Amino acid sequence: MSLKRSILALTVATGLAAFAVPAFAQDHSHDVETPPKQKWSFSGPFGKFDRAQLQRGFKVYREVCSACHSLELIAFRNLADQGGPEFSAAQAAVIAGEYKVPDAPNDAGEVVDRAARVADYFPKPFPNENAGRAANGGAYPPDLSVMAKARTYERGFPWFLIDIVTQFQEQGPDYVTALLTGYAEKPAHFELPDGSAYNKYFPGNAIKMPPPLSDGRVEYTDGSPATTLQYAKDVTAFLMWTAEPKLEARKRLGFQVMIFLLVFAGLLYFTKKKVWKQVALHPEDLKPRDPAPGEYRPH
Amino acid sequence: MSGHQTYQPRSPFMKWMERRLPIAGLVYSSFIVYPTPRNLNYWWTFGGILSFMLAAQIVTGVILAMHYTPHADMAFKSVEMIMRDVNYGWLLRYAHSNGASMFFIAVYIHMFRGMYYGSYKEPREVLWILGVILYLLMMATGFLGYTLPWGQMSFWGATVITNFFSAFPGIGESLVTLLWGGYSVGNPTLNRFYSLHYLLPFVIAGVVVLHIWALHVVGQNNPAGIEPKTDRDVVRFTPYATIKDAFFMICFSLVFAWFVFYTPNYLGHADNYIPANPAVTPTHIVPEWYYLPFYAILRAIPDKLMGVLALFGSIIILAFLPWLDTSPVRSARYRPLFRQFFWVFVIVCLGLGWLGSKPAEGGYVIASRILTIYYFAHFLIILPILGWVEKTKPLPNSIAESVLHDGVPVGASAPAPAKV
Amino acid sequence: MATNSSAEHSRRDFLYIATGAVAAAGGVAVAVPMIAQMNPDASTIAAGAPIEVNLAPVAEGQVIKVFWRGKPIYINHRTKKEIDAARAVDVAALPDPQPDTARVKQGKDQWLVLVGICTHLGCIPLAHQGSYNGFFCPCHGSVYDTSGRIRSGPAPSNLPLPPYVFLSDTQIRIG
Repeated sequence: MSLKRSILALTVATGLAAFAVPAFAQDHSHDVETPPKQKWSFSGPFGKFDRAQLQRGFKVYREVCSACHSLELIAFRNLADQGGPEFSAAQAAVIAGEYKVPDAPNDAGEVVDRAARVADYFPKPFPNENAGRAANGGAYPPDLSVMAKARTYERGFPWFLIDIVTQFQEQGPDYVTALLTGYAEKPAHFELPDGSAYNKYFPGNAIKMPPPLSDGRVEYTDGSPATTLQYAKDVTAFLMWTAEPKLEARKRLGFQVMIFLLVFAGLLYFTKKKVWKQVALHPEDLKPRDPAPGEYRPH
Repeated sequence: MSGHQTYQPRSPFMKWMERRLPIAGLVYSSFIVYPTPRNLNYWWTFGGILSFMLAAQIVTGVILAMHYTPHADMAFKSVEMIMRDVNYGWLLRYAHSNGASMFFIAVYIHMFRGMYYGSYKEPREVLWILGVILYLLMMATGFLGYTLPWGQMSFWGATVITNFFSAFPGIGESLVTLLWGGYSVGNPTLNRFYSLHYLLPFVIAGVVVLHIWALHVVGQNNPAGIEPKTDRDVVRFTPYATIKDAFFMICFSLVFAWFVFYTPNYLGHADNYIPANPAVTPTHIVPEWYYLPFYAILRAIPDKLMGVLALFGSIIILAFLPWLDTSPVRSARYRPLFRQFFWVFVIVCLGLGWLGSKPAEGGYVIASRILTIYYFAHFLIILPILGWVEKTKPLPNSIAESVLHDGVPVGASAPAPAKV
Repeated sequence: MATNSSAEHSRRDFLYIATGAVAAAGGVAVAVPMIAQMNPDASTIAAGAPIEVNLAPVAEGQVIKVFWRGKPIYINHRTKKEIDAARAVDVAALPDPQPDTARVKQGKDQWLVLVGICTHLGCIPLAHQGSYNGFFCPCHGSVYDTSGRIRSGPAPSNLPLPPYVFLSDTQIRIG
């Protein structure tokens, strides 16, 4: 018994060493805040995008973000895809026609621009990375296609485990919205490099992107409030769709698969019980007896 | 049901075939009448689950290879195009990436089950060592596969892991250049990793055949850790083991499906949605979760070569487990002390995993060192000594008895544990 | 006792059949995405959209080749002589009988638009070649006339016509 207790003590000590010591090691050398949790229509097992929100978000991207940020992985045809903003095919064609893309070399070998078709991808604002850097004070505005999945923040113990069950996985969208609305006056002690803005949520707090949104900057026609927060949420939802365009199909099929597997598991459970009933042991089986001819013997 | 039966072909064609290629007889004796201990619990279904996962990974992987482009400039985009344009591409890709994690969850349960019930002990040493080889091959395959999307974590994971080999004095530099096919990780590296990632699963499948062969020579261990003595101790593989395996496989698939459909990116890293950039290292670089304990061991040691050796040593030491554990009793059921040390060891492994995900600084490093020392001590000190000092509980007379009496032996004269 | 056991029997049989049926349904469902992924993906389908071709630069007697869905499309600006040759044929005697008028748009007799893929085994026939000065497939020697109809060789049928419409006298849309 005493040995048993000493092992338990050892376990506790090891546990303490492993989990308590690092608690002292957390350092907060800068003031990066954790993004506040937003409500998203696409969260949870039955989540769906809000079409009107995606269409507004597209408008914000087009009128604000697209000046510097590309959307390389998205084609105009995607705007009409099921589970997305669901513009009509005709609307998507009209939107495409408003963009210019380089055509294939003509007979003289020259590349001239033509109106985009639905099969074309969104054109890039800068011809290459260096051009983007040169125009933006040395910082390259990243592509936004998968941005909503490419950013996160740490959830910490035990939340990272609870998130599996609650299906919380909107750290990326929360961060994007927080970043877009997180511009603030810099604290007195903070030294802000030239050409940077102070942002509460950006790692290191000094961001090269000037505050992109302001109240009233984009005109909404559906009565949604034309506020910075609303713009941020709408463009974030739009970027979540560009990052995960099959989200609705995935969750829908997921529910069907779950139901199927539960039914199948239940059937197998009862089948297994039935099958094993045939070989249930009874106490008299333990009475010694002579082995039958050909009976199994261990090797 | 009686023990061994031989296959009797009934149709003329099967009779003709059986004289020339007795494959039906092989299947019959290996997967139908093969005697399996009747007391196997659900932890024993993970062997079947692992076969299922291997098949699932090969099928989804072969399909993804039809759409993937192994080129440094196009790999990231081709993966995204699979997710967007290919019919059900998102499903196949998420099933493959989460399937790797499920594969490792299953293999860890399988390994800890083997450790708890002493499945590595005589005469199952070769079976166990083949398992360690399979685990190593899985780690290599998982690592190679994680580089293929060519995101930031792919690129920098590949850089860090291949740099292990630069630790070897003298030849390190040229060895790494050889691995990369260049002076840094680049397109040649991606191409060869793709080729090897496609090859290794079939090597795994080959070693799995050996693993199952060895298993069928020595027979399965069981929760009582004693060999079957009569036909009452065993049941036929089919339908008894197959239906049990199938049931738990579907339960496991529920977890798998949960990740694929509801939290598909939970087990990955956000950084891997940023295309590889040789000019910028992610601020917080960590491997996939299944390597984290070993990553913690690597970082716990302040010397480069010793760190790499400790990492490899922590895996290789598993192969010596049959000889490091000196106890004649297999199952932890009858080893009260070992059972506690086993759970301490599990907690230590989980702790190392958690530490591997933390930055290598301050208290994390100290904790990693303590747990690394414990990890090795478990194998090199605790297990050998336990075998000598532990007073084990009496073993049941037979598997059938252990089933009927829930592990408590009947009769006053329980025999002392026999040296098996 | 006997009734009991037979009731048990049928219940067990039902359970086995139900489990087997669900397993089979699951197997079929899993096969769907594995097979569907082989079909053209969304970008391929989008790239297969109709194309427009300007005919103005194509001189009489000239053949141009454009690509639609990865297939070569021959646009042949036929001369009067070629049209006459195509029409002065006993249609019934052809291997794949079809009048020339059925192979061009009404009033646009000079424009022959063909999928330039030999109906034998998929090679690309050469224009203005062969004994009918139509098309000749160098792979296995199939000969087509100035209407793209098979005249001799192993090919079983005439060169197929792609779907197309005239948007104006000098503009067509293929697809």
